[in-house]
Parts: sequence; C-alpha cells; structure tokens
Amino acid sequence: MMARAWADAVLGLALAPLLGGIIVRIKARVAGRKGAPLWQPYVELVKLMQKGVVYSTTSTWMLRMAPAGIVAGVGVAVLMMPFGGVRGVISFEGDVVVFVLVLGVARVLTVLSALDTGSSFEGMGASREMMLGVMSEPALLIALAVVARQTERCTLAEICAVAQGGAWAAQWPVLALVCAVMGVMMIIETARVPVDDPATHLELTMIHEVMVLDHSGPDLALMQYAHALKMWVWGVLCVNMIMPKWSAWWMQTLAGVGGVVALTCVIGLVESSMARWRMNKLPQLAAGAGAVALLALIIEMWRR
Amino acid sequence: MQVIDAIMVGMVLTCLLLLGSSRLGAYIRIVAVQGIVAAVVPLVAHGHGIGLQAAVVSAVTLVMKGIVFPRLLFRALYAAGVRREIEVYVSFPVSVLAGVLMLAGSCWLCGRLPLGAEVSGLAVPVAMFTVLTGLFLIVSRVLALTQVVGYLTLENGIYLLSVVLVPQQLFVIEMGILLDAFAAVFVMGIAIFHISREFDHIDTQAMDELADWRASKETE
Repeated sequence: MMARAWADAVLGLALAPLLGGIIVRIKARVAGRKGAPLWQPYVELVKLMQKGVVYSTTSTWMLRMAPAGIVAGVGVAVLMMPFGGVRGVISFEGDVVVFVLVLGVARVLTVLSALDTGSSFEGMGASREMMLGVMSEPALLIALAVVARQTERCTLAEICAVAQGGAWAAQWPVLALVCAVMGVMMIIETARVPVDDPATHLELTMIHEVMVLDHSGPDLALMQYAHALKMWVWGVLCVNMIMPKWSAWWMQTLAGVGGVVALTCVIGLVESSMARWRMNKLPQLAAGAGAVALLALIIEMWRR
Repeated sequence: MQVIDAIMVGMVLTCLLLLGSSRLGAYIRIVAVQGIVAAVVPLVAHGHGIGLQAAVVSAVTLVMKGIVFPRLLFRALYAAGVRREIEVYVSFPVSVLAGVLMLAGSCWLCGRLPLGAEVSGLAVPVAMFTVLTGLFLIVSRVLALTQVVGYLTLENGIYLLSVVLVPQQLFVIEMGILLDAFAAVFVMGIAIFHISREFDHIDTQAMDELADWRASKETE
C-alpha cells in the first residue's frame, strides 16, 4: 500500500506541469491556432533551471528562501492527498487541518516574498491574494468539515473516499453544494479565469502572476512548478469528491488521472469562453463560496 | 424526501443570490425562478399523489410568480427608465454573510418552536429564512423596485410556510396571499412610475425631499 502511495505521489509530481500545457493547448485550439506542444511547461522549467538568478538590492533572505519553502509546502500537500482510492504517503487522524495549513504556509510565503521585493505592484498582488485567501481558506475548511461530518471521519483519506460509499445516494443536495464550492475554490486558488488571467501581464489586474514578477531563473521555475503542483492537488481533491469505487487498482489510477485531465479541460474551455471579472466582483465570488459552504454545513447539521 | 430537500436548497440558493446580485434585471429573474421553485413544492410535499387542490395552487402560483409578476416588474423597470445597478445600504458580501447568519438563526429558532412539519426537517427553517431575507432586502436596498422584489421574496416565504404547515386550508390561504401580492405588485408598479416621474429616479431616499415633510420638520 505504501509503495502505491509513493508511486501515486511521484505520478502527481511528474504530471503536474502537464495540466498547464493542456489548458494552453485547449485555449489555442478554441482560438483556431495550433498551440504549443503539451510538454512545453517541462521545457520551460528546464530552460529556467539553467539560467542565472538576479536579486533586487532591496530584497533579503526571504526572497531567496521562499521558492523552496513554497514548493516544499505544496509538495507536502501532494504527499498528503489520497489518489486513486489509496491514502496519501502522509496520513494520520486529523490531517485535514494540516493539509489546509501547508497550503496556507505556501500562500503566506508567496505573499511574503512578494512584499520582500519592495515593488508596489507586487504589494498590490499580495494584498489581493490575502483578500481572497482570508475568505477562501475558511470556505475550504468548512467544506471539508461538511464532508467529514458525512463520513464521520477526520482523515483526508476517508473524506476523499466519500463517493465510494453510499453518501451521494443519501445526501446528494449537500454534496453537490460542497462540490460547487470546491470547484469555485479551485479557480480562485489556482488563479485561473474569471478570477485571474494567467495569460495577460498587466500588473493592474494580476494576482498570482504579479507576485512572481521579481523571481528569475531557478527561483521562477520553482514558483511555476509549485503553482502546477497546486493545480494538481486541487484537481485531485475535486475529482476525489465524485470518484466512485473501481474494481481494479489500475482502473482507479487511470480514472484519477483521467478525472484531473477532464477537469483541466473544463477549466480550459471556461477560460476560452469568458473574460476575467472586475476586481471588485472577486470578494463577492469568494464570500459567495464561503456562504454556500456555510449553508451546506448548516443543512448538514440540521438534518441530524 | 430527496426532491423536497433539493427544492429547499434551491430556495436558499436563490435567496443568497438575491442578497449577492447587483443587477436589477437579474434580481427580477431570480425572484421569478424562486417563485417557480416554490410553486413545485405543493406537488411533491405530501407524498400521496397529486391532488386537484395542490395542482391548482401550483399552477396558479407558477403563472403568477413565474410570468405575471416578472412582466409587471420589467414593465415598471422600462417605464421608469432606471439604471441597471442596485444601490444598497449594506454591501453585497456583508449581505450574503448576513443571509447565512439569518439561516443559522432561523434553524436555531425552528429547533425551539413546536411546529410539526412532517414534510422535511428543512422546510420550516428555509421558509423562515426566506421571510427574513425578504425583510432584509426591503430595509437594506435603496430603490423602490428592489423593495417590491423584497416583498415578493417575503411572500414566497409565507407561501412556503403555509404549504408545509397547513396543507388542509392551502387553497384559501394561497389565493388570498396571491391576490394581495398581485395587488401590491400592480400598485407598486404604478407608484414606481410616479416616483420616477416626480424625482427622475426611483431612489426612496429622495422621499425625504418631499415639500410637506421638509416643512413639517422645520415647524417642529
């Protein structure tokens, strides 16, 4: 079991950059272009790793430390995330809270490194990231708490196995709400359209991209890799919520990868079909996700 | 049991949408959708088949709330030529969070009230929540038209409460409420038109500027 958990984690670490390539490819296809090859993100990571690093004179050790810390934080989240019906490498009672914590640490390190550069644009990005984070983090905890109440277990492995029992048949209105919240949260956390547009580099409207502006070379590669890992974690989390039990282990793994790729394709199609929203609508979206999560919790508690 | 729960979740979601949306057109459409969702309740609420009474109530509610009221409101909207943005005293995220608090409050309250609704454990709290949402919309929004929408939301809540609590006298109660609501929407549509002609907009804050009111305040 442990060997499979490690294998799944390595699979996640290896496949994560592919998701960004898929989205870029879909956007190109919808726009009528051929698009970059799917492995383009890997090529870019290798290219960046071979470059040198430039640090601004205002920056301190925080900027140098942050990329490694962020990759470590999100990497731990990948190790914790159950995949294909197998519990993660790290799994213990109450690991849900630690899971949210490591994602939070990655977020705070991103913000701190952005503030450390002393650039006003990065300060704007940091403030936006925290504005959304302060609303979306409780929403994630509440959504996970709702599922934890359904499964009456407090480990990520059992929470993510919610769709393998009869919970969907008995409680579909609540679980549908939770899935909707997680979908919106994935968009917010991975900074995709309509929350953030990764394709434009216009500082006035960017959130995630603006916070990595002053990183260069291997540091930038680490930041981009961490972002890809975050997408993988969120994709697996969302897919786990609806993934039924399959008989053979290879079918479970295949269904897991297929689900994440399908979800990525949906994100790509959404991204091709709409523009990013005005900045003042984003707190409404995040607060709305939190409100729906709370609503699911109230309904769940009231039914017992 | 599942269907009625899903309908209740739909009612709550439409209420949260009303609290969070900032467009007048969307506002009227959402309240229409809420009316349609509410109209389905008599058909599925009391398991033993669909009676004639439930069918008539459902059909009349559907036509009134789904078609007639939105049309009247859109006519008032165009006649008054108002802006599309809703003006508020309480911002949208705060309104949505207040809505969640109201839902929690009404759940807590209904846990202590001896109301025996055998339909669904969720029905009475959700009805209470819809009523509270309507009241909140009336006091927290500026334009006259949005207050009509708040009133309709309130009415949806009362309708839901009567469907789940007194299914025996459903017909009499529903027809009474619907007549009231129709008269209210009709009269308020005319009132909105007159307010907008008098003040060039339908901002209820402008009512403070009325001459008699100002004069009486100065004499005090």
